[in-house]
Amino acid sequence: MTRALGLAAAVLALLSLATGAAGFGLLDPVVLWEVRAPRTALAVLVGSGLAVSGAVLQGLLRNRLADPGLLGVTGGASLGAVLAYYWGLSAALPIALPAGGLAGALAAAASVLAVAARAGTGSALILAGIGVAAIASSLVAMALSLAPSPFALAEITIWLLGSLEDRSWRDVWLATPAVAAGLALLLPLGERLDALALGEETAASLGVSLGATVARAAFGTALAVGGGAAVAGGVGFVGLIVPNLLRAAIGERPGRLLVPCAFGGAALLLAADLAVRLAPLRQELRLGVLTALIGAPVLLVVALREARAA
Amino acid sequence: MIAAEQVTFARGHRPILADVSLSFHPGELSVLVGPNGAGKSTLLRLLAGLLPPDRGTVLLEGEPLDRLARRDRARRIGWLAQGAQAAWGMTVREIVALGRLPHGDGSAAAIDRALGRLGLASLAGRRIDRLSGGEAKRAMIARVLAGEPRVLLLDEPTANLDPAAAFAVMRLLREVAAEGRAVVVVLHDLALAARFADRIVLLSEGRLVADGAATSVLCDSTAGRVFGVRFGAGHAVLPA
Repeated sequence: MTRALGLAAAVLALLSLATGAAGFGLLDPVVLWEVRAPRTALAVLVGSGLAVSGAVLQGLLRNRLADPGLLGVTGGASLGAVLAYYWGLSAALPIALPAGGLAGALAAAASVLAVAARAGTGSALILAGIGVAAIASSLVAMALSLAPSPFALAEITIWLLGSLEDRSWRDVWLATPAVAAGLALLLPLGERLDALALGEETAASLGVSLGATVARAAFGTALAVGGGAAVAGGVGFVGLIVPNLLRAAIGERPGRLLVPCAFGGAALLLAADLAVRLAPLRQELRLGVLTALIGAPVLLVVALREARAA
Repeated sequence: MIAAEQVTFARGHRPILADVSLSFHPGELSVLVGPNGAGKSTLLRLLAGLLPPDRGTVLLEGEPLDRLARRDRARRIGWLAQGAQAAWGMTVREIVALGRLPHGDGSAAAIDRALGRLGLASLAGRRIDRLSGGEAKRAMIARVLAGEPRVLLLDEPTANLDPAAAFAVMRLLREVAAEGRAVVVVLHDLALAARFADRIVLLSEGRLVADGAATSVLCDSTAGRVFGVRFGAGHAVLPA
């Protein structure tokens, strides 16, 4: 299954390199290298970061509806980026926008952890995450309502919708270390998540340090999701959909999902990014809009299935 | 082998255990009994190192539990939660394999042995959430056995089991104790305790009330008084 997902991601990456406004093909080296390659690389980074984070959080919280967005990391990234716009930093220095996003994501994760680390449990993490997400979204709303000009307002709003359009290698270099470090923290958590399937106390009796696991999951998620959100904006639901789709195919043991989710997330985001480029619309559909359009119904299906099983 | 020395524990201002000293030995199947809220489950958690005592110490083979490395402790002590459940539809084998986690070896031989002893070999590939309550319970017990710990602390391992299955589990635990392990079990079924325990420990309101053979603990003047029941022939429990 992992191999099939890897193959799917590779094929989609090739298609992504061959598709765009300049027509279908791999012939023009400038278009290929300057436009499509960074966009493809970012789809892989953002997608795998989101999906692995989702799988880790669902395992940690023993809840299939957990999503990186719940931890406030995406909200923090949005706030950081919006502030960079708001204070005009991004106009003076283009890298200020993604850098602000990454700083916001890390700040959000640090505040969530500062609150949750005292209790050191999954439910404390989620409560703190919801709190931080609410603070971030209200501050984003405040920045929007006080926006200095309608242009700034439009620009911020569009950024918040999430997209991989017109991204450059600079964005890739910014996101790569964060996402890679995040994945390096998250992927080895498999065994501990398996033990947590039996509850936090049983996991502790098996030698798992709960506090360290929660901290590592939160920090890893901040890097993996924050790095992506910093350059791609608010792309939601990938972390929710991918683990849930894969669970049906490869079983429910949480540790077994992590690596397949890395490939599955990359494949899903590559496919979604291809779809927004190919959709016959006057303007390119925002990636975050598409993932939400796919993700929300999946959420409803999962919720319905849960209700029926209960 | 594992000993609580003058252990005291409170939740906030509510005392749960007061000055309890007990030791459990290899080869012995001990049963903890007592009314709800007597502190039985808390005592097991303290012995398992899941809760730190407010005062007193827990010694594992003479070493204070809090000085042992997490993994080392986990290799030597197996703990089964009351009403243990799996959050995901993992297979029986995946659940039982978790018992090997502290050893880091995933030993197929140990996993197969544990599955076999609980009669789960044919169910190994089934999802635990599709099994009956009794089968799932047996899988949870097999998970503890797979770790081959020297001390087994089991909180109500026979809840959800029909009488024949409960007998089978208790017989198995006697066998496990006879291998030279210390087995401590919380039970609510006093007749089952009387039939299988080498030793019965009676707790009430966080204090140790009695500790000894079934005949000395399960009589009207001790357990009978604590539970508000009396005992008939064969330790049958009757209304007072």
